[in-house]
Amino acid sequence: MPIDVLMPALSPTMTEGKVARWQKQEGDTVAPGDVIAEVETDKATMEVEAVDEGTLGQILVPAGSENIPVNQPIARILEEGESPDALEQAPAAPEQGGDGPAPAAQEAPTEGAPAQPQPAPQQPAAPAAPQAATPAAGDPPMGETRVIAMREALRDALAEEMRRDDRVFAIGEEIGQYEGAYKVTQGLLAEFGERRVVDTPITEHAFTGLAVGAAFGGLMPVLEFMTFNFAMQAIDHIVNSAAKTRYMSGGQMASPIVFRGPNGPPPRVAAQHSQCYASWYMHVPGLKVVSPYSPGDAKGLLKAAIRDPNPVVFLEHELLYGNTGPVAEDPGYVLPLDRARVERAGDGVTLVAYSRAVQTALDAAEQLAHEGIEAEVINLRSLRPLDAGAITASVQKTNRVVSVEEGWPVAGVGAEIAAVVNERAFDWLDAPPARVAPADVPQPYAANLEQLAVPSAEDVADAARQVCYRA
Amino acid sequence: MATRGNKSQSGKGKQQPPKPPEPSADELQRYYRDMLLIRRFEERAGQLYGMGLIGGFCHLYIGQEAVVTGVQSLLTETDSVITAYRDHGHMLACGMDPKGVMAELTGRRGGYSKGKGGSMHMFSVEERFYGGHGIVGAPAPIGAGLAFAHRYRDDGGLCTCYIGDGAVNQGQFYESLNMAALWNLPVVYIIENNKYGMGTSVERASATTELHQRGRAFEVPGRAVDGMNVLSVREAGYEAVQHARNGNGPFILEMKTYRYRGHSMSDPAKYRSKEEVQKMREEHDPINQLRQRLLDDGVVTEDALKEVDREVKNVVTEAADFAQSSPEPDPAELYTDVLAEA
Repeated sequence: MPIDVLMPALSPTMTEGKVARWQKQEGDTVAPGDVIAEVETDKATMEVEAVDEGTLGQILVPAGSENIPVNQPIARILEEGESPDALEQAPAAPEQGGDGPAPAAQEAPTEGAPAQPQPAPQQPAAPAAPQAATPAAGDPPMGETRVIAMREALRDALAEEMRRDDRVFAIGEEIGQYEGAYKVTQGLLAEFGERRVVDTPITEHAFTGLAVGAAFGGLMPVLEFMTFNFAMQAIDHIVNSAAKTRYMSGGQMASPIVFRGPNGPPPRVAAQHSQCYASWYMHVPGLKVVSPYSPGDAKGLLKAAIRDPNPVVFLEHELLYGNTGPVAEDPGYVLPLDRARVERAGDGVTLVAYSRAVQTALDAAEQLAHEGIEAEVINLRSLRPLDAGAITASVQKTNRVVSVEEGWPVAGVGAEIAAVVNERAFDWLDAPPARVAPADVPQPYAANLEQLAVPSAEDVADAARQVCYRA
Repeated sequence: MATRGNKSQSGKGKQQPPKPPEPSADELQRYYRDMLLIRRFEERAGQLYGMGLIGGFCHLYIGQEAVVTGVQSLLTETDSVITAYRDHGHMLACGMDPKGVMAELTGRRGGYSKGKGGSMHMFSVEERFYGGHGIVGAPAPIGAGLAFAHRYRDDGGLCTCYIGDGAVNQGQFYESLNMAALWNLPVVYIIENNKYGMGTSVERASATTELHQRGRAFEVPGRAVDGMNVLSVREAGYEAVQHARNGNGPFILEMKTYRYRGHSMSDPAKYRSKEEVQKMREEHDPINQLRQRLLDDGVVTEDALKEVDREVKNVVTEAADFAQSSPEPDPAELYTDVLAEA
């Protein structure tokens, strides 16, 4: 019975890939560890090694084939003594990963062990439709646009600002030679050199303090945390050194710095790598907190964050990096840091979300529309300052509100939204504000438990039905 | 970031360290005046604290005056300074106005931070004094960052980063030494070893007590210094400053010093004997030592020193008066200076 070689998942979030070339041809003998093919993800080319010994009997997917789903057979290996006739038997159907996300062949970067070239095309589990290029209220017009992925939009924002102002520099782990654990800083080292693209040791506490010191000294650092989980090592400098110093100095000192990186739960990396820190940083006066959903917003917001004279915590999401959408070409396109965007207009219920939860809310809105409930989806974009005006205006129209987030419920973003609505739109409410948040537990690893933990569109739709008394 | 290739400059003690030029009579008198100003300022601050005019935490620098006076005498107008919370002396040594410092201690409008920072959180961008930080160890990486900015701008400046003996056991100090050495950052770490981190002696807190050797893992040179003698401080400081300014990376100076007062105003200092304090005051006082030398060498007359004493007393009295007469901050100040306008 020939052994099927399956398209491997080369990162926790990869769902498909391209067979770039075959290193072994039909008839070649293979041994475990031999490189048989190269697979391209959207940010890296990875070698695929044979696990079994034998002869490469048949190549099922020719070189150059794109969008091959994970787990689809791409070749067959004949075991020793096995006749090529055995190939007559059709390969097994691709194994489905059940209800869970694609099986992970490799871990996400882990503190202290990110050394292996990270493959990882960061495809969203359910690819989002490109966002419309409609400016939100208060946004400048986008002008000419180009459809690119969020990681490219972020990279372009950083590169444009570095070209514009020599004081801007990038600092973090694996951002230079390695081009970023999530490839957000791709190409920056080549363009700007080691003076301005600074690879640090794995030393979050001190490189964050160092970046704050550089900001005190007149520079404008853009600091990447490989993930915000690691920023807990550094939070003293974010809060005590960066956020409070302007006030403590009576307005003399400035710390113009951006702390950016992926935040919130990516699939299957479990508790220590799956936390949303939005409410932590929202709590702190002296910080601005931003969390984009679409590539177009990501570019305009990151540029604004870099130009802002205050420390800005910029919370990205691993599962959005691969999402594509229209992005302004004009290097002068900069968004305000205090405005929400209405992603979908409606008058039945207000869904308030940020980052990836905006997608969850939009998916829920689709379901609700079939039931005659037109949901208005507000993408907060900025969490501090919070656009309370946009939330209030929407609730005054819909009389119902549901918050959606990927951070824990207790003292979470949803609690703040409920408070804002109670304070500013209580008389307009026809139902108590509802919150949709992950289960109040550390993120589990098992695929089924994880799926139960993170809010789904169905959870959001259920909450919306509740506040509409349609449950 | 260019990392350093060889460590031939790391000062293994084989070569004679460079020595500063002999201080002039004017310089010697200035050191005396600067140290005396700190002493009298701190004594007055202690008094105002006792009167309830200064609140919260107040850490006095009395006894340690030679450290900051000697090191700061070596800096240029480009260099930057950062320290932790025993910071009043550093501000005065940086040339900050005693009135503004004292008014900050009393929480008044005329203070350097408009009354919003207090004893531990004062800054002067003009004098390149970057705080004034209340978190033990935090200045270590921030100082490396200030040095990074000097290097980035290639302005020839360096950062003097003062930390206490308690801070050398914080992990971020070593993280900072690693990066500073890796990238040859122009930073001089001055460990003010006054023997006690709050109430815990160095021996009870540190597995190794030769704190100037704490950079050995990174081949950062270090030197132990008599921190009670301003000329010893100046001489060792010269080596460290030359080392950093010439592109050889960080340097550690362990200043063996002593604080006469408690850790803060509320510290009865029961962890040490009265005799220990008395011995330091009588035999090692930095101001008396220099005073004696100036007189012995015939640099100044007794009368001239008395004139300095009078002048300093007046400066401190003016500062104390200002700190009491300056109004409290306008209530509207509560909400200003949180964020800068974009």
